[in-house]
Amino acid sequence: MLKILKYSFYDLSRSLWSYVYFFFYLLLGVVLLFLNNDLSNAVITLMNVIIILVPLIGTIFGVMYFYNSREFTELLLAQPVRRSSIFFGQYLGVAISLSASLILGLGLPFIIYGLFQSGAIWDFASLLVSGVFLTFIFTALAFNIALSHENKIKGFGLAILLWLFLAVVYDGLFLLSLVYFQDYPLDKFSLVASMLNPIDLSRILILLKLDISALLGYTGAVFKQFFGTGLGAFTSIAVLSLWVILPVWRIKYISAKKDF
Amino acid sequence: MLRSFFLFLFLTLTSVVSQAQEIEVCKTCEVKTIQAAVDMAEDGDILRIKSETYKEHDISIIDKSLTIIGEGFPVIDAEMQGTAISIRAENFSIEGLKIINVGRSHTNDFTGILVSNSKNFEVKNNRLDQVFFGILLERSSEGTVSGNIITSNAKSQSTSGNGVHIWKSEEITVKNNEVIGLRDGIYLEFVNNSEIINNLCKDNLRYGLHFMFSDHDLYKGNIFENNGAGVAVMYSKFIDMQENQFRKNWGSASYGLLLKEINDSELRNNIFEDNTIAISADNTNRIDYIENDFRNNGYAIRIRGAVYDNNFKRNNFLYNSFDVAYTGRLNNNKFSNNYWSGYSGYDLNRDGIGDVPFRPVTLFSYLVNKTPEAIVLLRSTFIDLLDFSEKVSPIFTPADLIDAQPQMKKIQW
Repeated sequence: MLKILKYSFYDLSRSLWSYVYFFFYLLLGVVLLFLNNDLSNAVITLMNVIIILVPLIGTIFGVMYFYNSREFTELLLAQPVRRSSIFFGQYLGVAISLSASLILGLGLPFIIYGLFQSGAIWDFASLLVSGVFLTFIFTALAFNIALSHENKIKGFGLAILLWLFLAVVYDGLFLLSLVYFQDYPLDKFSLVASMLNPIDLSRILILLKLDISALLGYTGAVFKQFFGTGLGAFTSIAVLSLWVILPVWRIKYISAKKDF
Repeated sequence: MLRSFFLFLFLTLTSVVSQAQEIEVCKTCEVKTIQAAVDMAEDGDILRIKSETYKEHDISIIDKSLTIIGEGFPVIDAEMQGTAISIRAENFSIEGLKIINVGRSHTNDFTGILVSNSKNFEVKNNRLDQVFFGILLERSSEGTVSGNIITSNAKSQSTSGNGVHIWKSEEITVKNNEVIGLRDGIYLEFVNNSEIINNLCKDNLRYGLHFMFSDHDLYKGNIFENNGAGVAVMYSKFIDMQENQFRKNWGSASYGLLLKEINDSELRNNIFEDNTIAISADNTNRIDYIENDFRNNGYAIRIRGAVYDNNFKRNNFLYNSFDVAYTGRLNNNKFSNNYWSGYSGYDLNRDGIGDVPFRPVTLFSYLVNKTPEAIVLLRSTFIDLLDFSEKVSPIFTPADLIDAQPQMKKIQW
């Protein structure tokens, strides 16, 4: 598995797209810091970018990579290598190289700017951690889609749809249900509903770290009480991990059965 | 006997010769306690208190016009026993004292300096530390409280008092004081025609400045920082609020300025910065908000019910999460000629006024008002989309709530 991971990773690190992705984040970080001059404001803006872009790029890139390396995969399958290690290797290769672009691209300008002297380092760390989690989650989901669908167009369509659902439509349904059931106590519901969607969960985890959480008022206090405790932190990490583990497990399950 | 006779002679003689007699108080002086000095003093005398620690409480001055001067901040330690100094007199002044350890009570308002039924007085440049109430004025008039530094460590609202507490008084000036760590910084109840100028109220549990049933007052040039809420103006009218700074009143139930049932007042040239809610207006009528700056607040203005004829003119709204949150009908409130950092319109004829009206209420702030739980979706992509589409064609937000003349450039005032 490690060998395949290495091949995928080297392959990707020679790919133009990784560099584009890396330079995009580098540029974003530099521009934000030098236009804003305020670290915690920059973190908020970055959060907006990360919760939209990271999942999108994770899904698209994952699907694209899987379809593109299909011939290589078939070649590998002919060798005496375990199926699960082929796919895990490829998955980890993509996810790790995307995460590396994200961490380096954003980390470098922030370190140059003087992150370590600033109190915003923990906000920034939580930003990166949720960014990495989102990359792993959405790459895994993308691999799932690509494995289940031979048809590229269909696969791409589904991947975009999935992203659209989790990033946008889910919140719409969430909001609708909040407005519709406004006569009932909704704290627990909103807590659970926002934990179920990884994008919402990471958004809230970052928001609660920032000053802006005071804006959330009473509902925010409920959230803060929950996420502030060990149980809350554990649950949210557990939920994010579950979002990684389940799709990865499904990759193994499907790839074991699939007829190539 | 002989000695007291001489002293008597000396006193009468000097009081005949010169109106103002000076009495010195110190450990080695003839007069060793402040109370003794007060008892022997006559109208118009000067008490000079030397720099030492006096363990005294309930010093009372009744109907004597004295000038009490502390030299090098003599300490009056009330030993948590009760009020330090209480006064009922006309034409007096107290300055340069340091009063510490005023007693705490649930039934008595123990105070550093208590002034009651007095007229024409001055309390200045004192330092009060670890007090329950700092300076309390009641049924008094024409007084000045200036340059005092009042500090304490209030922990809960029920076991702490106010820094400067004024009740049922007229024409009082509170100037250049610092009040840190009490319940309310400055509290006014039934206080008319008074001025609150250039004070600093910081880290107080409840409000920096609190008005109740007080009319025709001015507060100007004060700084309110990191209080439970900056200023609360309640049940008052004709209040003039100018050049104050409301900063960092940040927390899930914090305000910069809380207006409740106030009428006919004006806010001009104030700066609101980093407050959760800069102004919360509830049942306020005929208020003019002119040339104020709102920077980086959660909500700049939150309008609750029964608000009529409020005028927002030439204000700068800069980078607030919500510029305006609104409940109910427009009720003849007006927004005009403000600068909004969120404005994205254009100005073809270059007259400095945007050609497209600005809608300060976003759909999200409208929704949050209806279902507070919806705030969890703050800064999510869907909400941005929603706000954008509402901006293009408003359906839910009040259609007439617009600034028809949004400024293109930040207003300099």
